[in-house]
Amino acid sequence: MSKLTLKELHEIRDREATRLKKREIHGKTCHIVVAMGTVGIEAGAKVVLNKLVDELEAQNLTQVLVTQTGIVHDDTNAPVVEVYTPELGAVAYGKVDAKLAARIIKEHIVGGKIIEESRIKLED
Amino acid sequence: MGYKNYILVCGGTGCESSRSDLIYRNLIEEAKAMGMADQVQVIKTGCFGFCEQGPIVKVLPEDSFYVQVKPEDAHDIIAEHVVKGREVTRLLYNKAPKSPLEEVEDIQFYQKQERIVLKNCGLIDPENIDDYIATDGYKALEKVLFEMTPEDVIAEMKTAGLRGRGGAGFPTWMKWNFTKQAEGDVKYVVCNADEGDPGAYMDRSTLEGDPHAVLEAMIICGHTIGAHQGFIYIRAEYPLAIHRLEIAMKQAREYGLLGKNILGSGFDYDIEIRLGAGAFVCGEETALLQSIEGHRGMPMPRPPFPATKGLWGKPTVINNVETWANITQIIYKGGAWFASIGTEDSHGTKVFALTGKVCNSGLVEVPMGTTLREIVFDIGGGIANGKKFKAVQTGGPSGGVITEADLDTPIDFGSLMRIGSMMGSGGMIVMDNTDCIVDVAKFYVNFTVDESCGKCFPCRIGGRSLLGLLDKITEGKGTQEDIKKLEEISLAMKKGALCALGQTAPNPVLSTLKYFPEEYEAHIKDKVCPSGKCKKLIHYEINKSKCIGCTACARKCPVGAITGTLKSPHQINTQVCIKCGVCKDTCKFSAIEVK
Repeated sequence: MSKLTLKELHEIRDREATRLKKREIHGKTCHIVVAMGTVGIEAGAKVVLNKLVDELEAQNLTQVLVTQTGIVHDDTNAPVVEVYTPELGAVAYGKVDAKLAARIIKEHIVGGKIIEESRIKLED
Repeated sequence: MGYKNYILVCGGTGCESSRSDLIYRNLIEEAKAMGMADQVQVIKTGCFGFCEQGPIVKVLPEDSFYVQVKPEDAHDIIAEHVVKGREVTRLLYNKAPKSPLEEVEDIQFYQKQERIVLKNCGLIDPENIDDYIATDGYKALEKVLFEMTPEDVIAEMKTAGLRGRGGAGFPTWMKWNFTKQAEGDVKYVVCNADEGDPGAYMDRSTLEGDPHAVLEAMIICGHTIGAHQGFIYIRAEYPLAIHRLEIAMKQAREYGLLGKNILGSGFDYDIEIRLGAGAFVCGEETALLQSIEGHRGMPMPRPPFPATKGLWGKPTVINNVETWANITQIIYKGGAWFASIGTEDSHGTKVFALTGKVCNSGLVEVPMGTTLREIVFDIGGGIANGKKFKAVQTGGPSGGVITEADLDTPIDFGSLMRIGSMMGSGGMIVMDNTDCIVDVAKFYVNFTVDESCGKCFPCRIGGRSLLGLLDKITEGKGTQEDIKKLEEISLAMKKGALCALGQTAPNPVLSTLKYFPEEYEAHIKDKVCPSGKCKKLIHYEINKSKCIGCTACARKCPVGAITGTLKSPHQINTQVCIKCGVCKDTCKFSAIEVK
């Protein structure tokens, strides 16, 4: 390996810091929770989860945290995704697919608008 | 495709000895088997500090803190948590699911801690230089090579007011400045990683979890004082730390951060590792330098100090691992930032290895000025098994005991000296009411007698004499005269011994005499050991009203000292009994008593 110049060191630091930042869980403002129960996974929650993470990465939206949870007791609407933003509070979407997942990022997270036709109400 | 989960597995020596390496490999295997290999990254990090609960596995982004994980739990972590998004509740700390807002830092053990030295431990992969670079690594070096003059660096260190973490607390900037000003073309930088206090493992964990922080600081020092060669003196008993250091040095060399013309600055510097054979005295700086040179590790009279005449007679800076680990952050965050943490007398934080009879043993980093009570009771969770607090021993064999009365003293270099102990390297051993204080003093004196190099007679003969007197007292043969002798010999050693080992060896005796005179009295006058520890002063008896004659103790007794028939109370033949205590541990009816 060739020896580093100062510029190369900076490049490594920028690249690796971006990589490490993905592990960061502090200082996030938005939170997306994907329900990954058996029914959820069967209905395609995994595809949705992958789409969400990939979209966020592609658009470099680092303020959003994506986590998984178990069953949310609404199997008829699976896969269920809950989105929390400071402006809109907690909103749940049902029957999410990859297309809707992309819209959630674009319209809800970035655009700040709820996608009313896919919104569901979750029992506590 | 991006990773959905990150699994951080503790790779410190403590957790590795509880098979965390197998946990790490199992997690990778399980993830592969379930087709998740591209969705989850498993990373082996340095010590999380919460060693009591190890092995520790943390899963992100859910921030699930799994404790006491076994290799076979890898299946559940992958199958349940990673695949299905369900936390494995049975492995969580407190066994209860945490609320989404709760963070690992909220666990009481972490609440009062502030991590500077250990900032990367439990976060980055110590075997990957890129992880270190990503967390502002080698930024301080850049600043030193291209933006600061050596004088600027010394000035920044002076503002920071960092004091040596090896025990004595000498201002680091002064050491550097003396060496910088010393005449000579050849100078050396040495890292003292010969950690040897009983129960202490701060330096080991720092090197295992963040080796580059020490390397970077040593390069900075070299540039500042005009040295081109550094040595890390580390004991061979720390194989994992050595392994990680070797990897770190190899990677730094590949990047050109060690070697010729570092980052194109024209500055050459390299580091070598020297292994110690585990002699405690080699932690003393002059003995350490002798050992690096290939001689027998024996202290030399000071002055001359290493700053003017050190390794091979050349000016040498020698600092302890924890001191080194503070330096990069002082350089890039500024000395004023560092000085704002801690107390007037001592700036920054201190890492302690909290061990002994405490609920949460582990590695603790707190700002200077934190009280012992906060460390033992808030962070440490108090005394284990419902026993009563008796004392804390700080400073290892060179320190002393601290009692209940001084628990609220804010800890810094000065305050610990005032109450008759010392900071030392940071070992902190908690004792409860079943620990005999004379026995504790004997343990430490025994340790220093073993480790004395034998060069100067106050240490060689004085230590032996102290031990003989303490032996006498714990056997119930002590007299009032012996107390006086203990004090006289202690003072002679303090004044006459050549190095710190001998000068401080009597500290445990003097401090226990000062704080627990009544316990010495009990051994001497009443011939009893109040804690029931000194074998010569106790005997075991069977309480006839409690014994149901189950014969369990008689079957366990290794010397056949217990006799009796089934269903009738047994008795112990004290002539035969070796006082091993097996019977007491065996009895389910608390019928066996120590008298």
